[in-house]
Order: sequence, then structure tokens, then C-alpha cells
Amino acid sequence: MNFKLLAQITTLTLTCMLTTSAFAGEVEVLHWWTSGGEAKSVAVLKDLLEKEGHSWKDMAVAGGAGENAMTVLKTRAMAGNPPTAAQVKGPAIQEWAEEGLLTNLDAVAVKENWDKLVPSVVTDVMKYEGNYVAVPVNVHKINWMWCNPSIFVKAGAKIPTTWAEFETSAEKIKAAGFLPVAFGGQSWQEATVFESIVVGQAGTEFYKKALVDTDPKALNSPEMIKALETFKMIKKYTDKNAPGRDWNMATSMIINGEAAMQFMGDWAKGEFTAAGKNPGSDYVVMPVPESAGTYLFNVDSFIMFKQNDENAQAAQNAMARLILGTTFQEVFNVNKGSIPVRTGIAKASFDDTALRSMDEFAAAAANGTLLPSMAHGMAVSPAIQGAIYDVVTKFYNSDMTAGKAAAELVAATASAKE
Amino acid sequence: MKLQSPGNFRNTTSYISDRLLPKLVLAPTFVSTILFVYSFILWTAWISFTKSKMLPRYELEGLVQYIKLFANDRWWVASKNLLIFGSLFITICTILGLLLAIFLDQKIRIEGALRTIFLYPMALSFIVTGTVWKWILNPSHGVEKLMQDMGFSSFHFDWLVNSDMAIYTVVIAGVWQSTGFVMALFLAGLRGIDDSIIKAAQIDGASLPRIYTRIIIPSLRPVFFSTVMILSHIAIKSFDLVVALTGGGPGYSSDVPATFMYSFAFTRGRLGMGAASSMVMFGAVLAIIIPYLYSELRSRDNG
Repeated sequence: MNFKLLAQITTLTLTCMLTTSAFAGEVEVLHWWTSGGEAKSVAVLKDLLEKEGHSWKDMAVAGGAGENAMTVLKTRAMAGNPPTAAQVKGPAIQEWAEEGLLTNLDAVAVKENWDKLVPSVVTDVMKYEGNYVAVPVNVHKINWMWCNPSIFVKAGAKIPTTWAEFETSAEKIKAAGFLPVAFGGQSWQEATVFESIVVGQAGTEFYKKALVDTDPKALNSPEMIKALETFKMIKKYTDKNAPGRDWNMATSMIINGEAAMQFMGDWAKGEFTAAGKNPGSDYVVMPVPESAGTYLFNVDSFIMFKQNDENAQAAQNAMARLILGTTFQEVFNVNKGSIPVRTGIAKASFDDTALRSMDEFAAAAANGTLLPSMAHGMAVSPAIQGAIYDVVTKFYNSDMTAGKAAAELVAATASAKE
Repeated sequence: MKLQSPGNFRNTTSYISDRLLPKLVLAPTFVSTILFVYSFILWTAWISFTKSKMLPRYELEGLVQYIKLFANDRWWVASKNLLIFGSLFITICTILGLLLAIFLDQKIRIEGALRTIFLYPMALSFIVTGTVWKWILNPSHGVEKLMQDMGFSSFHFDWLVNSDMAIYTVVIAGVWQSTGFVMALFLAGLRGIDDSIIKAAQIDGASLPRIYTRIIIPSLRPVFFSTVMILSHIAIKSFDLVVALTGGGPGYSSDVPATFMYSFAFTRGRLGMGAASSMVMFGAVLAIIIPYLYSELRSRDNG
């Protein structure tokens, strides 16, 4: 074989490889959006990146509400080989940043004006020591109450806006032979209802102190005890098969006309839509009693890991820019049933519930009533969240007194903090 | 030594095949066991003495995690549940398994078919067992509803959704699954008993119950031992059954140490505490294994 020719071919191949990679880098993305609508939404981001010449390596890990994906991520990070980006949300972002593994996205953020587009309550979660290390994707609202209006009509009850009204209505519904509350007895669902009560009954300031800052004085206070008692009061109006029930099974009880109310985040809408139900006539969405005007949010986000390769950095920055870009925000959120995390998105393709939620999001951000959800890992670290879950679920499922539960909240969060 | 002499070919080959080959064949397993079992036990022990949270840290901090673990209410619930589940599961499985084996041993007609029926649950995984029993025990569409539909309207069986009773449903499902296996063990033991002893006893005029309590059951002692060993390790590592049947609920009332460890180490980013709880479980396993090994080895020396 002609040695010169071989050398030429090698050089040529190498040059080709180098030039291609000069244009494009690869992003490897760890996420757990694997169900139909979610996978479609992620594919949009992939297409956008590929249009800019970058390549996308999908690393979808299904199952366990992201637990499996987190285990994979930890293993990869410990081996010194983290992906480009990973779906991580809430204070867990800070924990990853503390390990010194995350990259600084300030350049993109400044250029794209993220501080203006996204409410500061949300960007605070995305920042570590003042620098962006994560990109927010979408917003879910937690404190909704889903009602079956025909049951309220039959029972002659009114859809409650306060907890006192709730008790009156629930009694009437019970007397009419219906189940007042469709409840799923899993610790995250219990915590979801509990935090909606705290924010509504004791107010936003108290919520911040108790469930965001976990201030011992707020955790063991008359307000907290009252909120716990209200939470326990709901149990009277649930059925005994509630323990272990999945949230969508509870939603189907509303759809089928067995139960009157469910406290659940905006993702429940998907179940009603899938069952062909219309908002207003077939079902009614109201804020959880006394929590009108406040907005407990759950924001999904991607953290970005440090990259040594320049091309990979370019691809990573492009990904960050595209996630908050108008195209992805619109398509993704319409598909997923959430709302955009930034302002300036065309409203045409969103439905009424989403538009209402978008208005409320903007209003709550302006009024300072936009608050991170504890139950959905936005307010406290997973360790503290788990500690609160344990106390709340123990209190709800045993004959523990509210006073003792409040004291235990203090002890459990303190132990989880170190 | 002949082995060293290069001329003696036959001795060398037989040395290779007799001595070296078994070691060579076992070496990969040995190395991987050392690496993946024992080294990770040590690693876990190390982590349990650190303040590891989401990712492992290696600075030793003493007994902090153990102190927190023993102050945690959920850990005590889990430990108590393991004690309830373990003792009831082992006792009931052993008694029922022994009774079934004795009945099957009475030279009955369709023994083969019955044996298969009793052994069959063993073929299912604990996930399947758990899911099926979840449906059976669910008050709104299981046994309770069946009995009420049949007219026993006062019949109540709500253990699955009752915080105080949920752990006993795990016992029910576990017993259902494992009794057949215990029966098979005892049946093999019964078949191994020398007939002539029993005949001699019969000639001496011993009654049947007496033969069983004085001769047959005592001579099954080794079977009892292996049964308890196998059942206790099933009990300690039980995870899938609890997850499928009760999910640890209501609340965390049917949590066991294995589910506790999983949730602290993997869900909540409290790796140190998760490691501490697995070391305590490891200690519990050792407490059972060491006396067993000791008695086994000693009896072998005597024999």
C-alpha cells in the first residue's frame, strides 16, 4: 500500500472530523420525561438544537418520579463523568452547585435578559451565590381544588372558599350520599394538601417562615397547630380506602361523579381532558379554600454541568438559550399542560385554564404571593422535605395530637439540616 | 520436590488439574466477591461514619449518623415492624409448613398434585404476590366487599388501610408465598427418617402423636435450622413485598428497615444515615449467621 496515500487519507479524515466538531458540540441530557406528551415535548428541544448544528444524546431514565434518574446522575457524577445537563429542581440545585460541578450560565442569562423575563422568586432557585447554574422550563400550580359541580347541585351545597364553608358543604354532600373529598393517601399527596392549607390559612409570610426557612418558632406555633387540625379535619370527609391511592385514581372519582372535591396541582387537568370533560360544566377549578391569590409553584429545571470541551460548552449554552426561547416554551408547555416560566409568549395556543394560570402567575409574582412548593421539592432540600413528609403523614395516619406534630416538625427538620 | 523437576510431565499436569485448575476457575468469582461484596460493605461502613448527604464524603465524623438514626421515630417503627413480621412470618411458615408436610406424608392418593399446588406460590415473585394481595385485601373490592355482598353486612376486614394492622397483611402475603417451600423442605426431611425407628416405636406401643413429638419432629432438627435460616434472611431483606402491598403505608406504619434505607439513601439524599441503617441491618444479619456458622462448624468437628 502506498504509504503516502494512507497518510493523506488519515490527514483528510482527521481534518474532516475536526472541522465538523468545530461547528457543533454534543449535549447529553438526563431527564425523566418519558411519557407520550412529555417525550414529544423534549423532542422539540432536540430538533431546535439540531437545527443549530448540535447533536443531542438522549439519556431518559424512567420511573420513580425521577428517583431512578437521580441515582444514575449521582453515579455518573461520582465517576467524574456527568452529562451536559440534567433535570434537577429546587434546592437540590444548590446541593449540586455546592459540589462545584455546575457551570456558570451568567453570559447567556445576561444576553437573553433572564432576570427581566422570569420572576425573581424563580430565578433565586436557579442561582448559586448569585450566578445562574440552572435553566427553568415550566411552571405548575399546586393549590387547586377540582370540583364536580353536579354533586354540589344535588347536595344543595356551595363550592367552598373558606374552611368553615368547606365543613358545611362537606356535611351536606355526605348527607346526600356522596363522598366529599377524593383523597390519595400517599405522603406527597398528603403534603400537597397540607401546604395548601398552611399557605391559605396562615398566610404567605407564615408559609415562608415555616415551610421555606423552617424556622422552629413558626413550625411550632398556634398557626401551625391550627393548620394541622384543619388538615386532620379533612380526613372525616374521605373514604377509608384512601391510603395508597394514586392521584389519578382520586381524580377519576371526581370525573365519575363519586366524589365532590380533590386538592391537586394543575396536572389533574390532563385527566379531565382525556376523559372528554369540559371545564365549567363538567368540572370546576377553584383555589384551595382561603388560598385565593397565592400561587404555590413547582418549576422544573435543568442544571448544567461544567464542560472542558469548547464545542460542548457552545452546545450547552445554545441549549440553555433555547430552553427559555419562545418556541420551546410555547410548544413544550402546551404539550405538557403547564405554563411558560417566562413572559412574552404568544397566548393563542394555550387553553383557558392555562391562560388563567398565566395571569395568576404574573399577578402573584407582582404581589409577592408567588411561593415555592414544599411538597414538590421547591422550598427545602430533599432531606428536610422528607423529614416534613414523615411528620405530616404520621400525624394524618395516627392519633398523634396537632401539638405533638408541631413539636416533631421542629425536631425532624433540625435533624435533617446538618 | 518432584513438581519442580521439568522432566516429570505427568506429575506436573496432575498438579495443574488437581490443584491449580480449581483455584484458577474460582479466582474470578473470588476476586469479584471480595471486590463487589466485602469491599462495598467496608465502603458502606466508612460512609456511615461520615456526614455524607447527597454525594459521599469521606471525612470521618464519628457516630453522628447512628445517633440521628436511633433518634428517628420512623426507624423504630421500621425495626419494630421487622421484628413483628420476622417472628410471625418465621413461626407461622414453619408450623404450617410442618403440618402440611406431615399430612402429605400420610401416603395419600394425589400427593403429587397437592404438593405442586402448595409449592406453586413460590414460583411467583414477591411483587406479584404483593399486588394480588393488595387487591384481595382492599376493602372496596376484596374480601370485605365479597363477604358484604354475600349478606354478611357487618363483616369488616380493613387491615390494609389500618395503620395498626397493615404490617400483619405483609405477614399474610409472606406466609402464603413461603409456606409451600417450607413444606417441601420438611417433606424431604420426613422421607429421610429411617422407617425402622418408627416401627420399633410402634411395636413398643407408642401412640402416633407420641411418635411424632418424641421421634419424628426431634429428628427433623437440621431441617428446622435451615428453614429458620432461609426464612429469616427473606424477612430481613424483604423490600419488594412491602413496596407492592402497602407501599410502607398508611403513613409509614408498615415501613421496614430495607425500605427505610432506600428512601433515606436514594430519595432524600441522606446517604450517611442510609449507610448507618444498612450497617445496623448488617449487624442483625451477622447476629443470626455467626451463631449458625459456629454451631455448624463445631458439630462438624465433633462428628
